[in-house]
Amino acid sequence: MATEQKTKSWPRWLPWVIVGVFALELLLALRPARSKGEIDIAGFGRLPVLLNGRVQPLDSVARNALLQIRGNTDVPLEGNAAGGRWGNLADFHKAKVGSFSERKWHQFGRRAKKLKPTEWLMEVLIRPEDSDQRFVFLIHHPELLAELNFERLGLEKSGLRYFTFRDLQPQLKLIEDRGRTVAEIKPELRTPYEKAVMQLGNALQIYLRLKISLQPNSLRPDGKDFDAELADLRAAIPAGLEAIRKQQSGDSYDKEAFARLLALAEPYGVMADRGYLLMIPPADPKKLPDDWSKMGVALLNSIRSGEVPPTAYAYAKMSSAYAMDDGAAFKEGLSMHQRAFAGPLDRETGKAIKEHYFNHYQPFLRSQIIYLVALILACFSWLNLSQWLNRSAFYLVLLGLVTHTSGIIFRMYIEDRPPVTNLYSSAIFVGWGASVLGAVLERIYRNGIGSVTAAAVGFITLIIASHLALGGDTMEMMRAVLDTNFWLATHVVVITLGYSATFLAGFLALVYILRGVLTRSLDAATGTSLSRMVYGIVCFATLFSLVGTVLGGIWADQSWGRFWGWDPKENGALLIVIWNATILHARWGGMIKDRGLMNMALFGNIITAFSWFGVNMLGIGLHSYGFMDAAFKWIAIFTASQLLLIAIGSVPLRLWGSAAALDKSSPGSKPAA
Amino acid sequence: MMNRLLDIFTSLRLTVVCLAFSLVLVLVGTLAQVDEGLYQAQERYFKSWYVWGITISNQKLPIVFPGGYLIGAVLLLNLLAAHAQRFHFSWKKAGILMTHAGLILLLLGQLFTDLLSRESQMRMARGETKNYSEDSQASELVLISPAKDNADEDEVVSIPESMLREGAKITHANLPFTLQVKKYWRNSSISSKPREGAIMAGATHGPGQGVNILPKSPVTAMDEVNLPSALIEIDGGKDSLGRWLVSSQSSAKQTFEYGGKKWQIAMRFSRYYLPFSLTLLELRHDIYKGTEIPRNFSSRIQLANPSAKEERETLIYMNNPLRYGGLTFYQHQMTSEEMAQQFGVSPSSTLQVVRNPGWLTPYLACLLVALGLFYQFGAHLIQFLRKRVS
Repeated sequence: MATEQKTKSWPRWLPWVIVGVFALELLLALRPARSKGEIDIAGFGRLPVLLNGRVQPLDSVARNALLQIRGNTDVPLEGNAAGGRWGNLADFHKAKVGSFSERKWHQFGRRAKKLKPTEWLMEVLIRPEDSDQRFVFLIHHPELLAELNFERLGLEKSGLRYFTFRDLQPQLKLIEDRGRTVAEIKPELRTPYEKAVMQLGNALQIYLRLKISLQPNSLRPDGKDFDAELADLRAAIPAGLEAIRKQQSGDSYDKEAFARLLALAEPYGVMADRGYLLMIPPADPKKLPDDWSKMGVALLNSIRSGEVPPTAYAYAKMSSAYAMDDGAAFKEGLSMHQRAFAGPLDRETGKAIKEHYFNHYQPFLRSQIIYLVALILACFSWLNLSQWLNRSAFYLVLLGLVTHTSGIIFRMYIEDRPPVTNLYSSAIFVGWGASVLGAVLERIYRNGIGSVTAAAVGFITLIIASHLALGGDTMEMMRAVLDTNFWLATHVVVITLGYSATFLAGFLALVYILRGVLTRSLDAATGTSLSRMVYGIVCFATLFSLVGTVLGGIWADQSWGRFWGWDPKENGALLIVIWNATILHARWGGMIKDRGLMNMALFGNIITAFSWFGVNMLGIGLHSYGFMDAAFKWIAIFTASQLLLIAIGSVPLRLWGSAAALDKSSPGSKPAA
Repeated sequence: MMNRLLDIFTSLRLTVVCLAFSLVLVLVGTLAQVDEGLYQAQERYFKSWYVWGITISNQKLPIVFPGGYLIGAVLLLNLLAAHAQRFHFSWKKAGILMTHAGLILLLLGQLFTDLLSRESQMRMARGETKNYSEDSQASELVLISPAKDNADEDEVVSIPESMLREGAKITHANLPFTLQVKKYWRNSSISSKPREGAIMAGATHGPGQGVNILPKSPVTAMDEVNLPSALIEIDGGKDSLGRWLVSSQSSAKQTFEYGGKKWQIAMRFSRYYLPFSLTLLELRHDIYKGTEIPRNFSSRIQLANPSAKEERETLIYMNNPLRYGGLTFYQHQMTSEEMAQQFGVSPSSTLQVVRNPGWLTPYLACLLVALGLFYQFGAHLIQFLRKRVS
């Protein structure tokens, strides 16, 4: 092998040092989150609530809400004003300095203060007057910006503009009216402007509903302290109830007590109706584990029963303590909450703590970074054929895989589900499968190709996954037909591995064609080994996609009463099977040689992308629960890029950069079936 | 000549060509579903010998393309011919042999399913007992002479919808009169309220006199149902007894008398009677708290088969059908308690009833294919790794 001939002396420990640095960072990330300031923010982030039909920590609520409102999870507090001034964004906003922007990537000396997701959520729940001034609402459609008179306003970052709730407040009516018109249009027929309107309307909904989830202060002009309010409520209940009873039976009653209780209770009705989170746990978790309620409902109930639930007191304590920045009182509120949950609700608490830990660990973001570094190192190793780079890249791929795997296992553990449950987790798993196969190839061939493909496919699919996460909760509950761990573990896992393999084969083909056409580095030996790799991976892809598709048919037979219904998703899977089978038969029949194999494998990328995402965009059939539309543009771009690569691959061999290198020995290795 | 033909039929080139054709067909047939609906696309592209005219994003292209049956048949022939001519059994090729056997089994199984399977539905209100399922894709005109007190079964003459054509005269050995089909609508809706485009059907007897009928174009989508109606004249030979409007929309029986005997006439979905009965004891439609996501649909069923002296309870829910008496009962649709209250109907559950004698073939095929591919590629991999080590 070319790389081995050129081996220079290199320090054996160098790859270990590189991988060690990343491993150390990873270990540090495994420590549980701790809060820096007085207030135990991490503790608040661990508290369990019910949302989307599942128990989750407030930290997850905050992250998913921010993803839907802002598109990312950090809320900056500092940035640049015109003229190169650096400072507090809220101050700039008050001083009306015009346009200002977030930290630019080249401002290495600056580190903007930011609100972590939970901190932002605490502001929304407890100090709405502060959160109303945070730049969280992303509006990017120029037409919508013009309509709202928002051009050149707001906080700018890489061409995107963020606005505060205060900015939007005068325009709420307009946004609501537009939203109502757009809501009548079918989602797949909406224009980008209409989608932007819906997205903003949805973001505002979430924000407004969050604001009245914990306490009614944003609904009252006097904005009472929550702890004091609950004390008032408890005091007002006996006399108030008595007055209500008398009023209803027509007797004379205490008008003052009556009015006091009604005035207190009025906003609770709004909270019960519009609140977002179910924060109060079931009174009898053994019998009715799902019977969580909104704070508003619990407070209304407490007027009837005369008893305020202990969890409400705990939240009130934390709320008041946070408002007054009293760390000790906050801690007391947290332990009140713990006491209220101890015993029969231990499982819920444990679940929230685990998920909070997972959020903090961020395994997929970390492995994404590691893959990227590995990819860069592996590409450099091709340039100067240096072994230590090659070895470092391989070790980093392995470390990335360990992190990636740990994330998948952690998610399975939290969800109590097999690895793939929705489009988001399928992206993560497709990348994982391809990276594992790539690492195996690297172990066998040791020529850097396996590392490059493993790192690249892992990195790209994790980016795709992080975009898919913008839809909100990625651990949502499974609808009835999908609620079966057996089929999720067999059909879905096997078919997703089929996607992985088909993509990996396509990516290997890409390496072959780019290196062959553009460089002189593709010699006959490398060419043959790439051809072997692609052939082997296509075999693997055929096995998994065929078995996975048939298993899917059996599942359909179990749940709908027919094995095959020509549903778009089924057909998509079938396309992959047919294409892989076509490649194999064409190869066995000697109809294609190495180059044909590569071009066909590239076309497999298009087919897999269509089957994975494209069919969901048709919006028809029983499988259309995976519907999504934003990706259409990307699918089109991807398809075009693959077609372009196939065109490049079809350039006559003599024009290839590596024509001479490839010609040295006969490239056509015909594998036995 | 013969040899050349044989060469073509046994060649891998033909396999690749057929696979390529099937790839295009599946793609085109999938895209066509957007415009043509799943049912029609399925019939036109996959369950046919050739396709005449292809629809892509609402554009009809005048292209003739081989249909699913043709491609499948040629592939099958190609496979069988190739195996017959070239393959001699060897352990090296055992995996390929097994995989192909699995594929043949799968394709043949699906062909049998196409020919032999029958789908129908069973809609039951809570507490209701039924011993038949109904085919929402087909209706029948029935004439019933109700049982006398001492007999336990009505006498029913069933006339399939396919015989109902305007102007048709229908006689039957068990009917003392002739039926004349005056009007027939493949799909329609009837109402007592006046509507735009609706016409009076012209019934002279029964509740059909007061209603108007709105003719509709037939539907092809999987989840839509045609509701046929017909205006039937009963002709006693000398003179007409009158005209009745019948419709699958109501399936109510209308009574008349002929020759001193009571008769009932109705149009209803075709029925398949079962040798046992099912009773819907309880239905559940749960959603996840605080969401609209359905968590579970289930029907608790009492199964009674007096001839086998069998009586038991069973729970049917998503992914857990009941298999009994050669039939499979799946949870299909549900009108939950809440929906029923909202629309003023009684809660009900609909089971999909499938008779498919070939339901086991995919299971067997899957096993064969998986084992075959594992064996083949596994052997290949081991051989390759050994070579690399040495």
